[in-house]
Amino acid sequence: MVQYSSRLDISFAALSDATRRGVIEQLWREDASITELAERFRMTLTGMKKHVSVLEQAGLITTEKVGRVRTCRLGQGALDEEWAWLERYRRMWTARFDALDKVVEELKRKERDDGRKK
Amino acid sequence: MVERSEPEGAKHPTSVQRKSDREVVVRRIFDAPARLVFEAWTRPELFRQWWVPKSIGLVLLSLDQDVRVGGAYRLVFDLGDSKTMAFFGKYIEVTPPSRLSWTNEESDDGAVTTVTFEEKDGQTHLTFSELYSTKEALDRNIGSTEGLPEQFAQLDALLQTLG
Repeated sequence: MVQYSSRLDISFAALSDATRRGVIEQLWREDASITELAERFRMTLTGMKKHVSVLEQAGLITTEKVGRVRTCRLGQGALDEEWAWLERYRRMWTARFDALDKVVEELKRKERDDGRKK
Repeated sequence: MVERSEPEGAKHPTSVQRKSDREVVVRRIFDAPARLVFEAWTRPELFRQWWVPKSIGLVLLSLDQDVRVGGAYRLVFDLGDSKTMAFFGKYIEVTPPSRLSWTNEESDDGAVTTVTFEEKDGQTHLTFSELYSTKEALDRNIGSTEGLPEQFAQLDALLQTLG
């Protein structure tokens, strides 16, 4: 396993799990308690606490305990940095590959027209 | 690892995966045999038609590709105000129609790029990988949009409008 050191890497590790990504999406819509999250993702309270702890350590969410309820919310600007570069990179490649698709289609068409289809 | 894919419904989604702390991999399927896709990567008159799609907002001034082991390539972009930016390196592996690899030498810590073309049922499964020497090099290069340096910051804005 890779050793994670920087904040960005910790974030990526935190987001490598589908449940944790789901929790982030959920908190994107509204704050939720650990109990609510556990119910929504059909997990034990202990299981959800572990996920929440990973996300909190990565700085992606913050939690606050009021009385007996621990409320989770998205950390400020949590995902901007992490998602931004992957998304930017993906968009560039999507544009590039869509253009490549056209070039390849044209090559296929030419080959058919030339009647040298193999 | 984190992976980003397009929403379902796209014809052939492009997926980007940070495979390790030193490597980023892009995957895409093309509806054509590998030899045609390979051709589009290795013939300059074809390569220039897609490598710099209009939406990226850059103008490719010149492109040289000597696609053989040890052969050089060079792309020069117009940055406006009569400034240019060059990307260059050497091909280190050329195996038609399945594998292509080159160095990126415009910076000291450039990646080694490897493209593989795997044909399955008439389709080509393409993977594009950039392997950096260190994690820091990857962060530095990818962080600023596919190895383009900081001067290309305006590019970010343009890319945001894509997709």
